[in-house]
Amino acid sequence: MLDLSPDEWTAILLSLRVSTVAVACSLPFALIIAWLLARRRFAGIVVLEGLVYLPLTLPPVVTGYMLLLLFGRAGWLGAFLNAHFGIVFAFRWTGAALAAAVMGFPLMVRSIRLALEGVDRRLEEAAATLGAAPPLVFASVTLPLIGPGIIAGAILAFARSMGEFGATITFVSNIPGETQTLATAIYTFTQVPGGDAAALRLVAVSVVLSLAALILSEQLDRRGWRRVLGR
Amino acid sequence: MTLSLSVRHRFGSLELEAAFDSPDGLTAVFGASGAGKTSILRLIAGLVRPVQGRITLGDDVLVDTAQRRFVPAYRRGIGYVFQEPRLLPHLTVRQNLAYGGFFSRRQAPAIDFDRVVALLDIGALLPRHPGTLSGGEAQRVAIGRALLSRPRLLLMDEPLASIDELRKAEILPYVERLRDELRIPIVYVSHALDEIVRLATTLVVVNRGRIAAAGPAGSVLSRIDLPILAHRRDAGVVLDVEVDAHDEHWHLSRLRCRAGLLSVPRIAHPPGSALRIWVRARDVSLATEPPRDTSILNVLPAHIVQMAPGDGATVDILLDCGGQPLISRITRLSASQLGLAPGMPVFAMIKGVAFERG
Repeated sequence: MLDLSPDEWTAILLSLRVSTVAVACSLPFALIIAWLLARRRFAGIVVLEGLVYLPLTLPPVVTGYMLLLLFGRAGWLGAFLNAHFGIVFAFRWTGAALAAAVMGFPLMVRSIRLALEGVDRRLEEAAATLGAAPPLVFASVTLPLIGPGIIAGAILAFARSMGEFGATITFVSNIPGETQTLATAIYTFTQVPGGDAAALRLVAVSVVLSLAALILSEQLDRRGWRRVLGR
Repeated sequence: MTLSLSVRHRFGSLELEAAFDSPDGLTAVFGASGAGKTSILRLIAGLVRPVQGRITLGDDVLVDTAQRRFVPAYRRGIGYVFQEPRLLPHLTVRQNLAYGGFFSRRQAPAIDFDRVVALLDIGALLPRHPGTLSGGEAQRVAIGRALLSRPRLLLMDEPLASIDELRKAEILPYVERLRDELRIPIVYVSHALDEIVRLATTLVVVNRGRIAAAGPAGSVLSRIDLPILAHRRDAGVVLDVEVDAHDEHWHLSRLRCRAGLLSVPRIAHPPGSALRIWVRARDVSLATEPPRDTSILNVLPAHIVQMAPGDGATVDILLDCGGQPLISRITRLSASQLGLAPGMPVFAMIKGVAFERG
C-alpha cells in the first residue's frame, strides 16, 4: 500500500532532517532559558517568559511572517547573518528548521523547566559541601536528575516540528526538494486533482511517525525515571 | 584547629546572633527546635552568607563581612551530615561514597575507603541504590560519604534523628571514634541530652537565636541557672572518672573522680580506664549530718554553691564536692526543713545503682 514516490520520500526525509536539526540546535538554548526561568529571579523575567511561550498561542502564520520580517534576505537579522556568516534562512530547508525550532521551543523549555523545578535543591547543597563547584554540581547532580525531562521535551518538540505547517509555509514557502515537508506536501496533494492517494499515503506515514514518537517518549520517560530513582 | 564564629543573620522570624569558639574535639550545639542550631551549621558550611560577621577555621578566614570575604561551600573542606541523608538517587551507594572522595582536597589526610565501609558496616549496601535503603542505612552511608571527602571539620545535624534506638547505640560509639581516633573536629547539633552527655567535649547552648552558654561540657552542664538545661527531668552532671578497682565479691566497681571514690555496679572496663558517667540531679539527695545506717553507698562531703528554684515543688542545688560540681534536685519543702543556704556544708548521697554510663 505504501508505495511511495521519490517526491514523497524526499518530503519525508526532509521533514526528518528539519526536525532533527531543529531539536538538536535548540536544545542547548532551551536548557539555558529553562534554567533562567526556574532558578533565577531578575527584572524582565516576565518578558523573557512571554517571548519564549508566545509561539504556543500566536497563530503560526503570524510567527512565520515575523520570522520572514526578521530573517528574510531583507530582514535585519537575515541580512546580518548572510553578510557575516553566509547563513541564509529564506526559502531554504534551514529556514524550515528555524521555523520548526521556534514552534517547538516552548514545549521543550516547559518540559525542562518543570523537571528543574522538581529537583531537590538539598541534593545540590550536599554536593557542594562535598567539594563540587557549581558547574560540576550541575553536571553531576542536576543534569542526570532532569535527564528524563530533557528527553521528554526533545521528543515533544520533535513531534511538533514534524507537524509544523503554518509558520513554515509562510516563512519559507513550499518548494519541493527544498522546503516541502511532510505537512506542506500533504497540503499540496489535497489541492491538486488526483492527489488524494498520495495525500493519504503521507497521512499514514505521519500517523506512524507520531505514534512511534509517543511510544518512544513514554518508554524513555518510564525507563529514565526508573534509572534516576534507582529502582 | 579552632573554629571561631561571630555572626549576625536573620532567618525568617529568627534573629540569630551567635559567637563562640569550638576547639578540637566534639562541640555539641544544644537547644530547643527552632532555636537556630541548624542555621549556625549552615553558616559554618557556607550554605548561607551572614549579614554580618566573621568565621575562621584555624588560620583560615572563611567569612569576614568587613573584608567582603566569603569562601563558597565547595572550597571550605567542611563535611556536612544533614538531618536527612541526601544521597544522590541516581547513583549507587558505592558511587555516592566515591562522589565524596572525588572532589576532596588532596592535601588533607586520606581516609581509607575500606576502613570507613567496615566501621559503618555498609559493605553489603554498596551495590544498592539509595531508594532501597532504610533511614538508618542511608544515614550511615551519608556519614561515610562526608568522611571520605576528607573534611577538616565535620558538621553533624541531628544525624541520629532518623535512626532507631538500636542503631543509635551502634552509631554513637562510631561518632566517638571519629572524635578520638580520626581526630576530626566535629560540631554536633542535637536536642538529645543523652547524646550530648556522651559525646560533647565542648557545649554550646542556644536559645532563641542567642548563645545562652558556651564552654567545656562538664562546666556548662553543671549550671543550674540555664532554664533550658535545669528544667529538664534528666538534668544532671557528667563525671569524668577513672576505674580504680573491681570488687568481685559484691560485684561492684570503684571509680575515682575529683569528688572522691564512688561505688557503682560492676562495669566491664579494666582498672585504669577513663570513662564518663552521668549523675542525674534527681538521684542526688542531701543530708546536713553524716548519715548512719543508710543503704546509700556513696556519701560525699560538699558545700552548697547556688540554689535555683524549679517549676514549683523542686529546687536545684549546685554543690561543690572537692572541685567536682554536682547538682541535687530536692523538694523545696526538704530544703526549707533542713534550712539549706549557699555556703552550707552538706553531704551528697548517691545510690550506687543510680549511675549511668554517659
